[in-house]
This record gives sequence, C-alpha cells and structure tokens, in this order.
Amino acid sequence: MITGSFDYHQPGTLQEAVALLAKLGDGARVLAGGHSLIPTMKLRLAMPEHLIDLQAVRELKKIQVTGAEVCIGAMTTQAELIASDELHRAAPIVRETSLQIADPQVRYLGTIGGNVANGDPGNDMPALMQCLDATFVLSGPDGERSVQAREFYEAAYFTARDDLEILTEIRFAATSGGYAYEKQKRKIGDYATAAAAVLLGKGADGSCEQASIALTNLADTPLYCEAASAQLVENGLTEPSVDAAVASAMSQIDPVDDNRGPAEFKRHVAAIILRRAIQQAWARA
Amino acid sequence: MSKQTINLNVNGQSVSAEAEPRELLIHVLREQLKITGPHIGCETTHCGACTVEMDGMSVKACTIFAIQAQGKEITTIEGLGNPDKLHVLQEKFREHHGLQCGYCTPGMITRAHRLLEENPNPTEEEVRFGISGNLCRCTGYQNIVKSVMAAAEELNTTESAS
Ligand SMILES: Cc1cc2nc3c(=O)[nH]c(=O)nc-3n(C[C@H](O)[C@H](O)[C@H](O)COP(=O)(O)OP(=O)(O)OC[C@H]3O[C@@H](n4cnc5c(N)ncnc54)[C@H](O)[C@@H]3O)c2cc1C
Ligand code: FES
Ligand code: FES
Repeated sequence: MITGSFDYHQPGTLQEAVALLAKLGDGARVLAGGHSLIPTMKLRLAMPEHLIDLQAVRELKKIQVTGAEVCIGAMTTQAELIASDELHRAAPIVRETSLQIADPQVRYLGTIGGNVANGDPGNDMPALMQCLDATFVLSGPDGERSVQAREFYEAAYFTARDDLEILTEIRFAATSGGYAYEKQKRKIGDYATAAAAVLLGKGADGSCEQASIALTNLADTPLYCEAASAQLVENGLTEPSVDAAVASAMSQIDPVDDNRGPAEFKRHVAAIILRRAIQQAWARA
Repeated sequence: MSKQTINLNVNGQSVSAEAEPRELLIHVLREQLKITGPHIGCETTHCGACTVEMDGMSVKACTIFAIQAQGKEITTIEGLGNPDKLHVLQEKFREHHGLQCGYCTPGMITRAHRLLEENPNPTEEEVRFGISGNLCRCTGYQNIVKSVMAAAEELNTTESAS
C-alpha cells in the first residue's frame, strides 16, 4: 500500500513550522508519529501534498511537572509518558491509559499531540484529557491560544483547531485521590469497544469530594459526563448513587453498529466498563 | 516529488538510497538495500513482521517513511546474528521450537531483543505484553514466550559470570 505523493519538510523550530504551515496552507498536514496519518494516507483517505514533520522541533518534546502543574509537549511519545516516573507521581492515570493504547511499537512513535489532535473518537487520550480537564495550547499565524479539552471536540475528525494551527502543549493539574482507565477491546492493541476515565476524591468522612468521568468511542466525540460526575459528588458512592451516575452517563452515549459490535452490545459493555472504572477509582481513593 | 538521498546506518554500516518521500522504510530496506530479514506481513501496522530497531526503539518499518529515518541507526535481524554466530535469542528460538513457518520470526526476535535490553529480567506476563505488537499464525505463542524467557535467563547467567 503506497500513499499519494507529497513533498516532505522538516522544520527545526516551532516558529518555522507555523510559518511553513501558513505558507503551504490547505494541502499541508503536520506529521507527528505518523501512526494515524500514514495508515490513513495508505488508504488514500488523506492525500496531503505536503507533510511537515515535527520530529526535529525540540521544544515540542518535554514533560514538566512544576508544583501541581503538568505540562507535556505535543511530540512526547506514549512510550515517554509511560517511562516518566515524575509524571506517574503527578497523574498516574496517564500511564494507566497509555499502556492500554495500541502495542509497544506504536507507542514508541505515537505522540500525545497526534493522539489528541487527530479527532478520531477511537483515540484514548481525548477522553483522558477531558477527565483531567486539560488545556490544549495551539500556535498559529495569529499567535497562541488555549482551548479546554472539554470544548475541543466537535465531531469525528473535527476539532476546534484551525487547519493552520499546531498543537504545542497540553497542561493540566496534578491529580490526587483515586483514578482508573478501564477499556474493553477485542484484543490487545485494539481501539476501544468502550472505555472510561474516572478520577475520584475521597473526603476524610468517606464522602466523594471530587469526581470526573469521561468516555471513549461511544459517540462521535469523547464525552465528558458532567451530570454523572456531579451525581457522585452529591450522593456519594452508595450503590443507588453509582447506578444513577452510570444511567446518567449512558443517556449521553450514542454508539453505532460497526465491526466492534452492534450498538446494543456497546451500551451493555459501556455500562459495565464505567461501573468498573468507578469502583476501581474509589478503591484507590 | 523527486527522489532524495536517504542516509542510514543499518547494522553498523553507513548506507544510502534514493527514494521518494512516500517510500516506506520497509520497502527501501528490502528492495533497495536488499535487507530482507524484516518481512511484510500486513502492511497495516498490525502484524509486526516488519519490526526493526530505530535509535533504540522497536518500530514497524511499514509505518515509517524512509525519509523520517534520515540519519538514524537501524538494526535488523541481520545485525543481531548470522548463521555462523547465532544471537542467543535465535539459539533459544531454535532450541525451544519458537518458530514454525518462520515468517514472524525476524520481527519477533528483533522486538524481543529490545524488550530484553529494557527489561533483562521479565516475567512471563511482561514478555507476552512486550511482544503484543507481533502476531504469529503458527505457534500459538507458547514456545515463543518460552524461547524469550530462556534467552533472558542465559543472558543473565553469562552476564553475572563475566
Ligand atoms: C495498530 C494501531 C493500533 C492503535 N491503537 C490505538 C488505541 O488503542 N488507542 C489510541 O488512542 N490510539 C491507537 N492508535 C493510534 C496511535 O495512538 C497514534 O499514534 C495516534 O492516534 C496519533 O499520534 P501520532 O503521533 O502517530 O500522529 P500522526 O499520525 O502523525 O497525526 C495524526 C493527526 O493529527 C495531526 N497532528 C499530529 N500532531 C499534531 C500537532 N502537534 N498539531 C496539530 N496537528 C497534529 C496530523 O496532522 C494528523 O492529522 C493505534 C494505531 C495503530 C497503527
Ligand atoms: S507489515 Fe508492518 S506491521 Fe505488518
Ligand atoms: S512461525 Fe509462522 S507466523 Fe510465526
């Protein structure tokens, strides 16, 4: 399988990359790990005339934990996220999620920036970022701006990122309390049939002080479940309260029939996966 | 776009090839450089038969444009051992019947090599997880895992003896 022809560019700085993208315009795409883009190009579902490879842009490769703030450069690979003990101490849900993405070879090259910018509902990082309430920093010809992960996804492959913008970094607050990323897949290395990211904070009196829930591959965008999260904070982790939270999240999903199964099956799986994620996060809180 | 010169270090040797940007690393390795150890099983990033090492990472050479590998160090199965001097992993795959048709084997061993570099003392579960990007249609994996575990043990013994 051979992709269409393209011109290859390798800028050395972010400034150069942004300028090049602005100059080349619509026919250009940035290339990060290539593990979503190259398969798409092989199928000729994408036929960019220019690829702007970001591998030499050093400033996009970093993991910084400053106090309670985490900042990750877009070109940081999934393998680098997994390997970072500092990141693991600040937000252990990131390693737990990354280890469930694809396989080792894909994780050596696949980047966090490519995963969240791609806009594929099957990607695992977008729901994780919504769960973490992350901020995406975008750089374009008109300068820099920030968009919340919870506001970023519009439809499958449509995001708030303008075609001429490069996603440069991802910021979120370090987490405390319990966490879980639970994913049902057909086989190891597969995209999710259903997956759930959950963060829960437990008070000294056993109450639920903080909750954040987001879901992967159950609609044409990742889903932040605001009402379900609020439900747990209000009513705690009793069985009826968890039932109500799951029911609330399930009212938000809109799965479709595909090779991972009929929508009915996915609804069934989604409820089980979310319940497991909530239980696991609470046990760790 | 016209062809460009791609310089690589493959198995310790500096080599170059002329390729269009859209040419995949696996095609340049096999068709131009005649390094046919890495195989093409699926060409869709699933099977791992094309696995090579690039600057210390296991990668699927069917999902990298050769031009992305410009200036990088590549190791293939040819760089690990040869018929006169098998790598410990090759020796153990032979001994424990870690292969049947052998199609997946170069990718499997190249991947296992990196896995053991990063984790010299893996549990069986870690081996299974570590080679999960490599598919085998023949063996049922049992003997592959055995072979990798045996290679780890041997490498650890020789290391502590020396
Ligand atoms: C076999 C296989 C299994 C996989 N399984 C999973 C899985 O289970 N879960 C999962 O989440 N993913 C999975 N993936 C996808 C993988 O994680 C990709 O690496 C990831 O989706 C994209 O990251 P990338 O760095 O490879 O981006 P690329 O493929 O290079 O880019 C993807 C898209 O994002 C754009 N882009 C990339 N970086 C930026 C940036 N900084 N700014 C703006 N736009 C940018 C590109 O132009 C392109 O449109 C799988 C891939 C394969 C091949
Ligand atoms: S040929 Fe590359 S993964 Fe199958
Ligand atoms: S030995 Fe035949 S595919 Fe693995």
